[in-house]
Amino acid sequence: MLEQLVNAITALDEEQVHRLTDEALADGADAQSILNAGREAVNRVGEQYAQGRAFIPELIMAGEIMQQVSAKVRPLLAARQTQQRQLGTIVLATVKGDIHDIGKDIVGALLEIAGFTIIDLGVDVPAAQIVTNVRAVAPVAVGLSGLLTVAFDSMKATVDAIRQADLRPCPPVMIGGAPVNEQVCRYVGADGWGGDAVAAVALAKSLTGDA
Amino acid sequence: MFTHDWDTLTADQRFEARMRAWREPDGVEFVTPEAAAAYRERVGMIRAAVELNKPARVPVSPHVGLFPARCAGLSARDAYYDYGRFAQAMLEYHRTYEPDTLAGYITTVPCKAFDILDYKMYDWPGRGTDDNAGYQYNEAEYMKADEYALLMTDPSAYWQSRYLPRTFGAFEPMAELAPLTELLEMPFVAPFLMPYGTPPVQAMLKKLMAAGEAALEWFEVMSAAEREVMATLGIPEFGGGASKAPYDILGDTMRGTRAVMLDKFRRRGELVEAMERLVPIAVDFGRRAADATRNPFVFMPLHKGADGFLSHKDFEELYWPTLKAVILGLIEEGIVPQLFVEGAYDSRLDVIVDEDIPPGRTVWLFDATDMRAVRDHLAGFACFGGNVPGALLQIGVAAEVEEYVKRLLADVAGGGGFILSTGISVDQARPENFMAMMDAGRRYGEAI
Repeated sequence: MLEQLVNAITALDEEQVHRLTDEALADGADAQSILNAGREAVNRVGEQYAQGRAFIPELIMAGEIMQQVSAKVRPLLAARQTQQRQLGTIVLATVKGDIHDIGKDIVGALLEIAGFTIIDLGVDVPAAQIVTNVRAVAPVAVGLSGLLTVAFDSMKATVDAIRQADLRPCPPVMIGGAPVNEQVCRYVGADGWGGDAVAAVALAKSLTGDA
Repeated sequence: MFTHDWDTLTADQRFEARMRAWREPDGVEFVTPEAAAAYRERVGMIRAAVELNKPARVPVSPHVGLFPARCAGLSARDAYYDYGRFAQAMLEYHRTYEPDTLAGYITTVPCKAFDILDYKMYDWPGRGTDDNAGYQYNEAEYMKADEYALLMTDPSAYWQSRYLPRTFGAFEPMAELAPLTELLEMPFVAPFLMPYGTPPVQAMLKKLMAAGEAALEWFEVMSAAEREVMATLGIPEFGGGASKAPYDILGDTMRGTRAVMLDKFRRRGELVEAMERLVPIAVDFGRRAADATRNPFVFMPLHKGADGFLSHKDFEELYWPTLKAVILGLIEEGIVPQLFVEGAYDSRLDVIVDEDIPPGRTVWLFDATDMRAVRDHLAGFACFGGNVPGALLQIGVAAEVEEYVKRLLADVAGGGGFILSTGISVDQARPENFMAMMDAGRRYGEAI
């Protein structure tokens, strides 16, 4: 049954997923195992994306279906923590001057599925606000997003502010967004950059020593 | 209609008529014979490239947004509100860099008009972004998922009753107005008119009039500056209007990126039908502007069909057919669609080289697409260009820019049909880098 659910989510067959989830619950399946099956399926879509066999709409649709499954079964979970291994917290933000959020949101969703806890500060976030949150949360990494070239200077200012904030330990910073490349990464002074959401997950794991 | 005998002309004859009108622009008195000659020389170079020939030199035609304003020390807010200062900045930009095509009124927008109308779809300086950030789109579902049928029944009525009241605060009363199609017979007229007598609708109309005046104020200043650039420097405009791919019309500012992607799975039939319904509207959008400006080029920014945004199959079956229909509709009108490919199109090149599209009637400007692959696919089919990276212009050094342009030209410009341009519309760049691009384009573009 759960394997069928994994397949239905991977096939993005929304109707089938709802039916199978309901059936699994009726059969007494554990809510956590349904959630785990969902994560497994979304990971498979992520792998297909990395292999060029799925694309952003498929990632978004898989995330959407997973959210629905999650909404259905989460109330049934015991108060205990979910059993998924936690890889640590990542603070995400689209930097000051830029209000684009789609790329950041996709990265956030995939990082969450990979096991990170995401604190999303939103868009147009000033460096000082990011530093305040980093200080409060002590994340394992910080992810900065930007679609516009105006973001380069904001990213640089944010990286500088994080480095100068005397944080111990100082978290690595990763950047992403359509115009970001190696040259931009060097300019900004970030620890790494990713060209897409799957690259962001791999980068986050490698920067946090969980590759 | 562009000429009195328009309906009897073939697409090629219409193309000729538009090219002639472009070469002899209305209302432009060249101040010197040299300016007139420079204008015609530039028109000739671009036309040669469009028609896949080898011009005397590769045309250098950067796309700029706020760059001219920033060079003049203006903030984005200044650029959007102080049209006189922006026009001066624009003149100075053309005098300094002498591009082969004009960066005209499209480089700025009249935010005074948007303030009056309470335009909700964007943030701009003084309204959501700070003074130095350009305007940015607020992504939302301005069209709801269950409204496809309404849109398809009567797009204009849909815009009036649903889309505009959501996107402009001032247009909220439009939701109460009857569609114009109800004006059929005398007894039906009074019920149609009555809402126009109410205070909310009258207040809306007053705002619309004030916004119209604000738009004209902007246009008069900007068009005077454009004429001055043409008349004194001999630089032609390389765009006379805009249009969009139907999938982008829905995905950019109606359903939104995320929602249109979900519609692809949940409402594919409606999505396809809506795109088909939008084709003649998109063609007419471009044609009307090209007629008014008497310029043969219609700018089409392409967004949601880029690599990664759709599978190859979906690009081929979902995105491309209606984009192709708009392209063909514009070409039929003698217009040259100028397709501005944002992101990368590496996996789309085999699709866009479509045998139904006549060679030498489109221009494709790329950003991050592999330009050698572009050359291999588009040679003999369409003029292409672009690709100088915005990031390089902003954070690189001049020598790197020069080397990049030199290599780009050597790699892909040799066969003709090439226009040197930027991959993005440039807001920020180091002036010395921008100059290095222009100089390298002119220097190495001559020897090609």
